[in-house]
Amino acid sequence: MTPELALTGFVALYIFMLAAFTGYEIIGKVPAILHTPLMSGSNFVHGIVLVGAMVALGHAESITGQVIGFIGVVLAAGNAVGGYVVTERMLEMFKSSKD
Amino acid sequence: MNFLIQASYFAAAVLFILGLKRMASPRTAASGIRWAGAGMVVAVLATFFYPDLHNVGLMVVGIVLGGGLAWASGKRVAMTDMPQMVALYNGMGGGAAGAIAAVELYSGNAVAHGTGIAALAVLGGVIGAVSFSGSGIAFAKLQGWMRKAWSMPMHHIINGIVFVFVVLIGIGLMTAEQPSPFWISVFFLLSLFLGLTITTPIGGADMPVVISLYNALTGLAVGFEGFVLGNAAMIIAGTVVGAAGSLLTLLMAKAMNRSLANVLFSGFGADDGTESDGPSGTMTSVEASDAAITMSYAAKVIIVPGYGMAVAQAQHKLWEFVQMLTKADVEVKFAIHPVAGRMPGHMNVLLAEAGVPYDMIFDLDEINEEFAQADAALVIGANDVVNPAARTNESSPIYGMPILNVDHAREVFVIKRGKGTGFSGVENELFFGENTQMVFGDAKDVCSGMVTGLKEL
Repeated sequence: MTPELALTGFVALYIFMLAAFTGYEIIGKVPAILHTPLMSGSNFVHGIVLVGAMVALGHAESITGQVIGFIGVVLAAGNAVGGYVVTERMLEMFKSSKD
Repeated sequence: MNFLIQASYFAAAVLFILGLKRMASPRTAASGIRWAGAGMVVAVLATFFYPDLHNVGLMVVGIVLGGGLAWASGKRVAMTDMPQMVALYNGMGGGAAGAIAAVELYSGNAVAHGTGIAALAVLGGVIGAVSFSGSGIAFAKLQGWMRKAWSMPMHHIINGIVFVFVVLIGIGLMTAEQPSPFWISVFFLLSLFLGLTITTPIGGADMPVVISLYNALTGLAVGFEGFVLGNAAMIIAGTVVGAAGSLLTLLMAKAMNRSLANVLFSGFGADDGTESDGPSGTMTSVEASDAAITMSYAAKVIIVPGYGMAVAQAQHKLWEFVQMLTKADVEVKFAIHPVAGRMPGHMNVLLAEAGVPYDMIFDLDEINEEFAQADAALVIGANDVVNPAARTNESSPIYGMPILNVDHAREVFVIKRGKGTGFSGVENELFFGENTQMVFGDAKDVCSGMVTGLKEL
């Protein structure tokens, strides 16, 4: 890990706390009709795990690490791409009668 | 270069939050996912410029493989099957978080950064692994590959023992100088096992809550692994999803008037429905065309869709029927119970697919008073969410769950495939009510029958 990319303890903790409040606020005011798309959308957002899987694979030296890292990248890419495709398909359909 | 990577991650985090925010309103929702998508592309591209990155070829192969399969399946899946696809993709994310934890633990990197980081790696690992195998079971159940709820003898005790072992081994891993590969493997195998056994006894009716919970857990696991890798984009995106998903899960459990613990550990919705003190009496049945003609002379009709509509793919025919009613000057509204279908808002998605504008669709709180003024209520493939026993019968397993008061309407038509009980296995006294008429048959066939009935009028 390069020091420039690492986060120190309390800064990371502040990020964690603020992000948690943000997530809470976003959901708090959502009409029920959007619960499924939003669950699907948030499912897509945690597809960011792909970035971590890439870093883990990229820094793996042992065969075990490379195999598990590769599996991680495949799964994470599935999460990100699949999450995007199904969310977009769902949201495309929402129309108002005034449109 | 580090500056560029960090700036890209920052931009991605901003785009994720703005995207989710836009997804929270029907008017801007479609653009929201594109904003978030742009954030993802930026973050992934930037990661290729990470310092000392090896195995780049393997990486590209993995992304193309996983992404390609998900693209193909996501494009092809029917709207009805969306819930299990969300479960599947979510499980993949959990598995990826678990894989990161495994790589960092096997290589010793996690431990090298101190006990705090090692603890987060272990925690994210177990949560990710549980979400992976648990989501797999949720997928199998909703896909119909696994119909029965399954539990071992002394299920909770065995789960408890496995859980204690996972905790003990986890503590061992985070405090060891160099954790042994053997114990790391045991740790992950037990975690995967735990995900399976937590999920198998939960009935299909509770799957929406479970999928939502695993979604939140995956987010949390991603956030924890973000700490391990020192990756701010992962921390922010994972934590936002973890918090939003937890709240969504609690809202859903509350809509069923149950606690989350009750959903997870009661095995409710898993029994075979041999209730002895169910309501008795006779059901009155009516032809589809007769029901349609009665409704065409009503001033106000409220429609309550449920999973039966989804299974039969009846939403398009239903919308055709509703348009004919609207032309005959009938006021038509759709009432959606928060847990109708297999995912919150599942019915809204299906109705939207058929072309129903969202301003015709109302939540339980908005519309429940209106049933008393409605001339007719049309229940199509819904059961437990309209069972008056939830209001009146204290011994009923669904007692206390808020329901749609369709029995307050002047006349109630219920489209139902057969005489069996609902997903919860509870008899529905609505079906035996004096103002209730049953229209037996596949929801799509009945809707076609109703359309034909009006055309011939």
